[in-house]
Amino acid sequence: MAGLKRSEGVSHEMGMHTEQLSGRTQQVFFEPLAEENFLYPYAYDVDFNKRAEFDAAKMDTTDINLKLRELMQQGHGTIVVKNPSAKHSLGVGILNRLNLIFEGSLGYFGCGLIDGPNVRIQGRVGWSCAENMMAGTVVIEKNAGSTFGAALRGGDLVCRGSVGSRTGIDMKGGTIIVGGDTGAFSGFMMQRGRMVVCGNAGKNLGDSMYDGTIYVGGKIAGLGVDAVPGELNDLDRQWLTRKLKMYDLVPDKGVDHFQKIVAGKQLWNYDNLEPTEKKIVL
Amino acid sequence: MCGIAGLIHRGKTADIGTEMTDMLQSLKHRGPDSTGFAVYGVPTDNEYVLRFKVAEQEDLAKGFRIHDEIHERRKKVDDRLESLGVEVLDEHQSTEYAFRYRISYDGDMKHMARYIEDIDGAEILSLGKGLELIKDLGDAGTVSNQYSLRGFKGTHAIGHTRMATESDVDIRSAHPYWAYPYNDIAVVHNGQITNYWIMRRQLERSGHRFMSNCDSELLAVYTADRLTKGFSLEDSLRQSIKEIDGVFTYVVATEDALGMAKDTMAAKPLVLYESENLVVLASEEVAIRTLLPQEIDTYDPYDEEVRVWQA
Repeated sequence: MAGLKRSEGVSHEMGMHTEQLSGRTQQVFFEPLAEENFLYPYAYDVDFNKRAEFDAAKMDTTDINLKLRELMQQGHGTIVVKNPSAKHSLGVGILNRLNLIFEGSLGYFGCGLIDGPNVRIQGRVGWSCAENMMAGTVVIEKNAGSTFGAALRGGDLVCRGSVGSRTGIDMKGGTIIVGGDTGAFSGFMMQRGRMVVCGNAGKNLGDSMYDGTIYVGGKIAGLGVDAVPGELNDLDRQWLTRKLKMYDLVPDKGVDHFQKIVAGKQLWNYDNLEPTEKKIVL
Repeated sequence: MCGIAGLIHRGKTADIGTEMTDMLQSLKHRGPDSTGFAVYGVPTDNEYVLRFKVAEQEDLAKGFRIHDEIHERRKKVDDRLESLGVEVLDEHQSTEYAFRYRISYDGDMKHMARYIEDIDGAEILSLGKGLELIKDLGDAGTVSNQYSLRGFKGTHAIGHTRMATESDVDIRSAHPYWAYPYNDIAVVHNGQITNYWIMRRQLERSGHRFMSNCDSELLAVYTADRLTKGFSLEDSLRQSIKEIDGVFTYVVATEDALGMAKDTMAAKPLVLYESENLVVLASEEVAIRTLLPQEIDTYDPYDEEVRVWQA
């Protein structure tokens, strides 16, 4: 370690330069051509015509989710869950195509981290429904709680009733459709995707949004920082009509009255400056 | 996190002790440290229910002397009540350190309360015509059994399961909170109040007493202050959203009403079910389902939303 400064020598003595920290995981564990890298370990091959149903009234969350997995493993592609009774974390982590029907309401964190299933909830959902959903559709017949579709990445998340606050917070893709009203801070830190609110939107709509588009059919209580009105063009109208028609939510007066909200992009700060360099610039 | 709950039967009484126990038990995962109930029975003219404690549950672990001290403190309470001319109609010992007295007194209640709390270790949990406030360490089932709450008939109730964040795990820091001179008020709260000390100093300067350092107590004292000044419960709740900073959802009960308020950020949950005869609200719908297992219509109140229901 001759020629090293004292501080550099210490890090060598501590062994901080002997381990290769970059690329190791890829070299050892990931072979890009291997098929298993493109498949989920718990994604099942199911038949939509194979139907099953069970009563969840006296089951707890773990048992219900394990039962769903067991039925999917047996190839059932249509599953009806009776009496979910607003229990939390039901229908999470489903990574294959599936018709899943909940005859009742779900509690918090329902249908989170899913990739592919079509879920219909014939009741209400609590906070954080379909958080981090990647693909598929989730349709809720009644109301929904706050942080609806938080960090959504793909798929369609639809609530026919009204939803709470911070709808689509941090959403990164996909579409959220609300038939009724949405609360304050909806679209907070939105990064991508589209949100459609047929009713009214609470204050601070689209606060600190980076990108994405919000459409509101009713009144907007107030826009958040860096959320600005955009111009509703023909493409928007066509897309809105087509999308809302899919869920039978097209308003009687059409979609021409919808307001479009986009990012003002004044908060963007994607430069390559180091913190010390920024200080000089400022 | 904390779990809060409230219910009000309109135009009738029911077994609110059992109902609130079941609701809070289903919210146990939101706060396992302590559980508290404020239940409102049918008020009787010229009669008050005094609930007080003379030690903390954790004091019992301090040795043999504490048992004698508890006995002596209770004796002092009895002596002071007698000296004030308070007639004790009946008395019940819920735990070694907690008591329920039914009393008759037409003197200055505020003075009486201060006189009792002047005794070392004594704290009045509630003093009202309809209100009875029960709180202790443990889950809802444990506390409810300890204080024989099942079977309690009344019109409305609020409750709380606590996850301690900013103050100790003891009965003093458990919800609900009560404040005098407005006797029949109780508050449960989920959230954090960020201008607690500024507001507390203002209220203390107005002559209000604080028994704990828990920010939730502020809401009870604040509401009592506003109601004493002639505000309606609804106006008090609306005013609180403007004056109190932080993230909070809280539920207030008075002798004949139940109210709720949500802060400007709507950061703390509350689910509400409302019918002609019954209103039930809780941090999570699972608590409401203990009373109404069938499919029901519920909704989340929005930011700055205030609601009040009469019994």
